[in-house]
Amino acid sequence: MDFGPHLFLAILEGAVTAAVISLTAVGLSLVFGIMRVVNVAHGEFFMLGAVVAWWIATSIGIHPALGFTAALIIAPIAVGAIAALSDRLVLSRLEYDPERTIVATIGLLYVFQQATLMTFGPDARPVEPPFNHRLAIPWIEISESGLNLTWPWGLATTSYKLFVIGAACIIVAALWVFLQRTRFGLIMRATQLDREMATAFGIPVRRVYSVVFALGAALAALGAVLIVPVQQAHYLMGGDPLLLSFIAVIIGGLGSLPGTILAGVIIGMSDGIISVFFSPTLAKILATLLVALVLIFRPQGLLGRAP
Amino acid sequence: MSQFTKNYVLPTRRNALKLLSGGGLALAASSTMPGVTRFAQAQSSEPIRIGFQIHRTGIGAAYGRWYDRTTQAAVKRMNDAGGINGRMVEIIAEDDGTDPKRGAEVVEKFATQQQCDVAFGTLFSHVVIGSAPRAGELKIPYFVVSEGHHVASGILNRYTLQPGITDVKSQVEAMAPFVSTNLGKKVAMIYPDFAFGHDHRDYFTAALAKNGGEVIAQIAIPPTETSFTKYFPKIPQQTEVLYHVMVGPAVLTFVKELGEFFGSNHPEIFGFIDSLEAVDIQSPGLEFLEGTYFWEGNPRYVQNNQTSHDKMYRTAVGVDESGASVSDSRDISTYAHMFGCWETLNIIKAGMEMSDYQGPQHRSRLIEAVEDMTDIPLSDDHPQGAKIFNGKTHQVFGHQYISKVENGRMVLAHTTSIEDTFYPDETDYTTQPF
Amino acid sequence: MTVREGLLHFVLLGILVLLFFVVSDYHDGNWARIMVLAVYAVGYNLLFGYTGLLSLGHALFFATGMYGLALPIQHLGFAPVPAFLSALVCAAVVSSAVGFLALRTSGVAFMIVTLMFAQAGFLLSLYAGRYTRGDEGFVIPQSARIIAGIDFSDPTIRYFAAFFVFAAAYLLIAWLIRTPFGKCLVAIRENEDRARMLGYDVHFHKLVAVILSGTVSGAAGAAYAFLFGYAGATFASVQYSILPLLWVLLGGAGTTIGPLIGTAFAFYLIDFSSDLTTAHLLVVGLAIVLLTLFAPLGLAGEVRKRIVGWLP
Repeated sequence: MDFGPHLFLAILEGAVTAAVISLTAVGLSLVFGIMRVVNVAHGEFFMLGAVVAWWIATSIGIHPALGFTAALIIAPIAVGAIAALSDRLVLSRLEYDPERTIVATIGLLYVFQQATLMTFGPDARPVEPPFNHRLAIPWIEISESGLNLTWPWGLATTSYKLFVIGAACIIVAALWVFLQRTRFGLIMRATQLDREMATAFGIPVRRVYSVVFALGAALAALGAVLIVPVQQAHYLMGGDPLLLSFIAVIIGGLGSLPGTILAGVIIGMSDGIISVFFSPTLAKILATLLVALVLIFRPQGLLGRAP
Repeated sequence: MSQFTKNYVLPTRRNALKLLSGGGLALAASSTMPGVTRFAQAQSSEPIRIGFQIHRTGIGAAYGRWYDRTTQAAVKRMNDAGGINGRMVEIIAEDDGTDPKRGAEVVEKFATQQQCDVAFGTLFSHVVIGSAPRAGELKIPYFVVSEGHHVASGILNRYTLQPGITDVKSQVEAMAPFVSTNLGKKVAMIYPDFAFGHDHRDYFTAALAKNGGEVIAQIAIPPTETSFTKYFPKIPQQTEVLYHVMVGPAVLTFVKELGEFFGSNHPEIFGFIDSLEAVDIQSPGLEFLEGTYFWEGNPRYVQNNQTSHDKMYRTAVGVDESGASVSDSRDISTYAHMFGCWETLNIIKAGMEMSDYQGPQHRSRLIEAVEDMTDIPLSDDHPQGAKIFNGKTHQVFGHQYISKVENGRMVLAHTTSIEDTFYPDETDYTTQPF
Repeated sequence: MTVREGLLHFVLLGILVLLFFVVSDYHDGNWARIMVLAVYAVGYNLLFGYTGLLSLGHALFFATGMYGLALPIQHLGFAPVPAFLSALVCAAVVSSAVGFLALRTSGVAFMIVTLMFAQAGFLLSLYAGRYTRGDEGFVIPQSARIIAGIDFSDPTIRYFAAFFVFAAAYLLIAWLIRTPFGKCLVAIRENEDRARMLGYDVHFHKLVAVILSGTVSGAAGAAYAFLFGYAGATFASVQYSILPLLWVLLGGAGTTIGPLIGTAFAFYLIDFSSDLTTAHLLVVGLAIVLLTLFAPLGLAGEVRKRIVGWLP
């Protein structure tokens, strides 16, 4: 494939990855930013979202679109409920101690994985997309006879992948409005800025934390429902989103939601674009080192405030 | 399956063992006390204990579950027919977590704690390679069902054998004549960027050159990758045949994105079924595979010329004629690999009978008996096909199947001869002392 | 080092020697492995437990030691002793480089930078598959595991080799934390700004801590490869960066005996639970959650808090 179309395709693919990372990372960013908890089980909430989506889609099974829509609504709620329960049963009892929550969420990770393995099984299971058309993309070439419209071999995407990108943008925008314009958003931001002061003003911090934890998990689940028609549900699928969203949160700057989204987009895109220029594994190595370098030279993250 | 996996409470303290053997009750302790083994020569009614290393968790779990089912079915059949040397067979199953460290620990447990006669399992090469040194040091025969080239390459030891499944080198080399004759000369390869993929790359590239073809692109995909489209533009446009092999949970994404990339205008496609093992070939998005070819270790769909042996085996392991579980049509078996468990257990049985195996003191006799095996005919014990065992390299050789996707089913298109899969010996384990 | 602390170390190491003669072959093998892995945890504990730096990239150091020993044996025909030295040098060099770069950051950024370096190392071990055989790894043959006629694949030799490596690492750290240097590390953990204001070169102390921690971890990786005859990329994966953190937190961060206790606890937790049930991860997960709920300081940490306050 020629360089131009190749790069374009890589950018398109990067955008899909970026969309999902951003959604998942925004969830983690809320939890991390507001509760100061490193939630190692965040990727498992992503996984649970995909698994629940599979369940709903296959048990409804009249038309893929119906099952998918139901999953889009139910899966985040179900996963949010599981997260709220984990918060009440475990995290709140640990007083959100940073180190103990790491260990506890590792424990939860094992529990969720094994529970999924026992019920859902070890296979990767597909969810049918509500719609999926292969869209060949035209390319404009400049030749001696002027501009030519060509259809490069292999340059294509699917309507569903475009939908994923669009849906992620809408969800992130809606979340932004929610945090900036609603009373609950205000409470959350207040809790993030100063927990003790918020308590003093009568904000029920415990309950806020539960809601934040549930919301974070629900966003991860939402990202999973969007991507599961492309990537299948599997009980070990949580590892990658955890790493990537964790990285996005730190690179973006702790507690900065726009930073997280920016970082999610950069990480997703760079993964695609670097792969154009290097052999695949080398590209991964370089992308990984790039992340490290960004932090070495800007430890507070892209949009974080210097300490 | 719990009746097979229950564990005996054994004395864990060394002094207790000494006490037992000192008192002449040499049964449990005989393996650790070479001096008293003669007492155990008399016919024992204790079951033969086979330690089964299983991928219950981790990346190999989809394979592990079917390896388990096949193993349980093979042992049930064996015990219904009177066991081995008049003794029942008991499977001691333990999860290796698809991890080389835990795998080695499990082999140690079989040898020193569970008093197993032999160890048996497992698929993933890194678990085999991590475990085999311990098996050799503890002198417990270790029968693997891995299809890796590790055994025949000579890096393992005399206690490790692979008599039930062919290795990747012979599989790959046997594909080259078919690909270059029937599909095309210019091949682009896509494979995972780890050792299993590198074996495909190296052996197929060399074998294809010998058959007048040429590999024009080698595209290695990093492991843990979950989206693949961005790599496909590296496939050259003049490619006549696309050769793909992928493993892990993302295989379905890989194949689907391949279809979306090419649309209706794709080159000939030849894949290893590993790319779709445990996945329904009729999943949405896989329609483009119609007319493409797959290597299969054992044909997943019932063929027109189905042997009575495959029929019996299929029923015993609970697989329907489309390769799915009889109890859940969405649960697709790992049919191309799992026969290896069935056949390996039957080799263990045959070896134990030939060597009149009575207990751990006869382990080296058992290995010698298996090393002496050569021709293994097609039978209920070996439903995948006839095989030839190479006692020097501890590796079995057998027929390979190439299927074509027709009407959403895989239909056998070509069967290689066993001789097609031969390559020169790379080692001779029989020169190693026990 | 006080007398009772010295006595504690003596008794602990004595128990490990005696253990060999008391327990069965199976548990001898397990304890050999536990001691080697506990060296890894001891190295991790220096950085995390005593200096307060949370690294998510220690698998890089473990794997560097592992490959630093195994590759020269495999490809250059090194004898075991030079190979082990090579492993230590490699681990020291890699941890110096990581420390130099990563210590420009702190807190969560330090976690990510170390994680990223480790991830790059993991991918590199796959990328260099021609030498490392990637994920599949390779066997270090028994013939290469003999020093002066002593076969280190023999169970007794292996056990005591593991013991000596553990004892060396354990005593090194136990001694170090009693030196002014070690006390400064603890001061940095408790309050970095105050340590700086008192005139300590905080950056230098942290760098040395990273190098020591990385080198001890590398020694563990080298010992594992040498004693168990296998080197592979699995040991460079993220999972193996999280394990020492888990072991140290379970055993008790910032205690000398915590790493050993945590490693042994985690090992037997998996071993026993997989005897009980096929759903052993469920048991492991629940046990970890319960332990954090009821023994928040880790096992040794709780002992120090409730029973023996002087526990080092």
